[in-house]
Amino acid sequence: MVQRIEQDLNRFRQIVRGVVKKELKKFVTTGELIGKKGKDLVSIPINQIEIPNFRYETRKLGGVGQGDGDLGTPIAVGEDGQEGAGAAGNAPGRHILEVDITLEELADILGEELELPKIQPKNKNSIAAEKDRYTSIARTGPESLRHFKRTFREALKREIASGNYDPKRPMVIPVKEDRRYRSWRTTKSPETNAVIIYVMDVSGSMGDEQKEVVRIESFWIDTWLKRQYKGLKTKYIIHDAAAQLVDEDTFFHTRESGGTRISSAYELCRSLIQQELSPNDWNIYVFHFSDGDNWGGGDTELCLEMLRKDILPAVNLFCYGQVASPYGSGAFITDLAKAFSDEENLVLSEINRREDIYKSIKEFLGKGK
Amino acid sequence: MIDLDELRRWIKKIEGHARSYGLDFYPVIFEMVAFKQMNEVASFGGFPVRYPHWRFGMQYQYMERSYKYGLHKIYEMVINNNPCYAYLLDNNKMIDQKMVVAHVYAHCDFFKNNAYFSVTNRKMMDEMANHGMRIRRYGMKYGYEVVEDFLDTCFSLENLIDPESAFLPSGGSAYDRQALNDEDDAITVPKLKSKGYMDSYINPPDYLQRRKEEMEEARKREGGFPPKPEKDILMFLIQYAPIPTWQRDILSMIREESYYFAPQAQTKIMNEGWATYWHTKIMTRKCLDDSELIDYADHQSGTLGVQPGQINPYKLGLELFKDIEYRWDKGRFGKEYDECDDLETRTTWDLDLGQGLEKIFQVRAIYNDMNFIDDFLTDEFCREHKLFSYRLNEKTGMYEIDDRSLEKIKENLLFSLTNSGYPYVTVVDGNYENRGELYLKHRHDGVDLRVDYANATLERLFKIWTRPVHIQTCVGETVHVRSFDGSSHKERTITEKTAA
Repeated sequence: MVQRIEQDLNRFRQIVRGVVKKELKKFVTTGELIGKKGKDLVSIPINQIEIPNFRYETRKLGGVGQGDGDLGTPIAVGEDGQEGAGAAGNAPGRHILEVDITLEELADILGEELELPKIQPKNKNSIAAEKDRYTSIARTGPESLRHFKRTFREALKREIASGNYDPKRPMVIPVKEDRRYRSWRTTKSPETNAVIIYVMDVSGSMGDEQKEVVRIESFWIDTWLKRQYKGLKTKYIIHDAAAQLVDEDTFFHTRESGGTRISSAYELCRSLIQQELSPNDWNIYVFHFSDGDNWGGGDTELCLEMLRKDILPAVNLFCYGQVASPYGSGAFITDLAKAFSDEENLVLSEINRREDIYKSIKEFLGKGK
Repeated sequence: MIDLDELRRWIKKIEGHARSYGLDFYPVIFEMVAFKQMNEVASFGGFPVRYPHWRFGMQYQYMERSYKYGLHKIYEMVINNNPCYAYLLDNNKMIDQKMVVAHVYAHCDFFKNNAYFSVTNRKMMDEMANHGMRIRRYGMKYGYEVVEDFLDTCFSLENLIDPESAFLPSGGSAYDRQALNDEDDAITVPKLKSKGYMDSYINPPDYLQRRKEEMEEARKREGGFPPKPEKDILMFLIQYAPIPTWQRDILSMIREESYYFAPQAQTKIMNEGWATYWHTKIMTRKCLDDSELIDYADHQSGTLGVQPGQINPYKLGLELFKDIEYRWDKGRFGKEYDECDDLETRTTWDLDLGQGLEKIFQVRAIYNDMNFIDDFLTDEFCREHKLFSYRLNEKTGMYEIDDRSLEKIKENLLFSLTNSGYPYVTVVDGNYENRGELYLKHRHDGVDLRVDYANATLERLFKIWTRPVHIQTCVGETVHVRSFDGSSHKERTITEKTAA
């Protein structure tokens, strides 16, 4: 049965999309959404959607509560816009200050606004993945999965049924038969696989602002590519004079002070591709961010060599984003441009300010690779 | 899925029990729905036949999500109508259904017998369908987006009504268009009928002259527009705003719906308390099977559970009704009891009056949440239920417990109930500065208006009034006027608050 509400719901979604679209540039460049990302939803602060009326400044409202505590005991954090707890008589219409939208929708909006083409996967090979979901209850299982509440409820039922329950001394002791366990079901799903390898220069010349730019870009790149592939892995490589594979958190928070040898990172990237990520199974994306200040001594030549021979033939797309920094010479991008003029899957972009993020995302993803 | 025939039998039984306890209600029609439909109906405010608007969609999305996260589940939904409509969730167990049915009958009793509901439209289901149809038709005629935009505007103003006005002798607005048109006419003093030669005796000229002066004086006093501050701002707009007929029609539909829903906001604590009181009684004394006891207790504790630092209207209402029943059974009320300060006498006070049940029926008939709390919240009650008032500590940014005294608790509770928790706003001048501008006044009770919302609301008000709009309010200690003239917002300070 088609629900009557569908119409209103669709209209609401349309409005949300409209607002997000209008504000997209702001969202993209400020990185406001990054902290709001859940597993597959993003909370977007959209005040415009709420219906305004004459109302009180909620912060200033006191209220009434129930429970223990001396005078002065804190009971809630007074955040801006938080609903005054326990406002009786004001039941319907809780304030929605944030609207959730799925990452997919967000990606679609990004795609529409930036006119990004759909990506054609390089290969259709897919790997079947198994997923466990803990959705059911079983009578047997490991103790670590014991469902406390269910177990005690069963015990209580049994005691009452057998007349052993004494309300004056309410003791409920579960026996073996009462125990209930959380249980799972396994589902298999075929997935097209893609991997993003982020490479970032963390040498002394890359400051916080530069890293923030990288962070924002990677959020949008993730969002877009996730929409295109079912399974998406990300790998992070940081480098100064030497390179290492790290987790996401380390990637964005490491600050080194050494010099820069880009070849070290490409070397690691190459061995990663050769050992773990066979180009036949994976769609590989490499994004490299640096201030373009490479060591002399033939290192750049080494990089170009590796790119040409091993990396470019294996990957769907290799993107180099050069972040402007007060210290860097920024020569690397020119070297790349000189060396590769007609490579289909190499994209170069300069990001001098935050406002350039928008443009550079379009450059990176605009190829439809 | 449960056995429907068995449920029907239970409904009959429970209705019988409810009636034998003295509950009195219109016929109730139960409908079995899936949780999706339940959420749908709830987002429509209980009426599956409303006009299309995205705000219902927003509500739905919100409910769907919080249901998914396990934050809430709607067990019951009752519509104040004759007949009453009640929705039952189809995958609930029999024990839940029984509880809900008992709960529903008590709600229906409340709708029928509480004074504040006496002025609501009991054929609202039909009325809502009519509204839906009219608004859809306007949508087709003038364009959906045009109509939607106007509805958005109306929703911003929908709380600007005066629920108490229904009980004024004039039965609605305190003035009407006719009276206003009369203003231009010359004043004529009504004369008693008389034959010509007797006229100067029956209607003495000096009396007529005096009377005329009095009337002119009165007119000068009432000459304002509106004559006295009008709280039913929607009514004022419907009568005087220069808008096309279809917009006037929509505005009056929105106003009607606001008046229909107002008593529910005014009696939330009582209504839920009353329903919980009766479902508890009916279940525990009549309808509970031994095997259902644990599930019953589980759900009852879910309904009555109190989040730390919050008020649960079900719990507060139930406990207050029980307290009233207890006090009137024992005779713990009146001057003598109130003035007794001997703890021993007080705690053992028992006049064995047995008037409890009679009293709570009386209370459910003539009270709303405001005077319910005002009259029946006692020191002992606050202590027993560990009530406290809280406020924001600006230094720490935390809400903190600040008082456990009856006065302060009552003050905070009553504040949140006054005008259903909305600021008290009236229109004081519809021809401000003699330029046809609209001047509203917010009665400041210690809490400021939220500025961004106030500004946005003024913008929408301007759309309807089409001339500059102003609202007088206070910011802390000073009196401010915010204005919107169609292109920009202005704000000016008038005086210190004390002088106003």
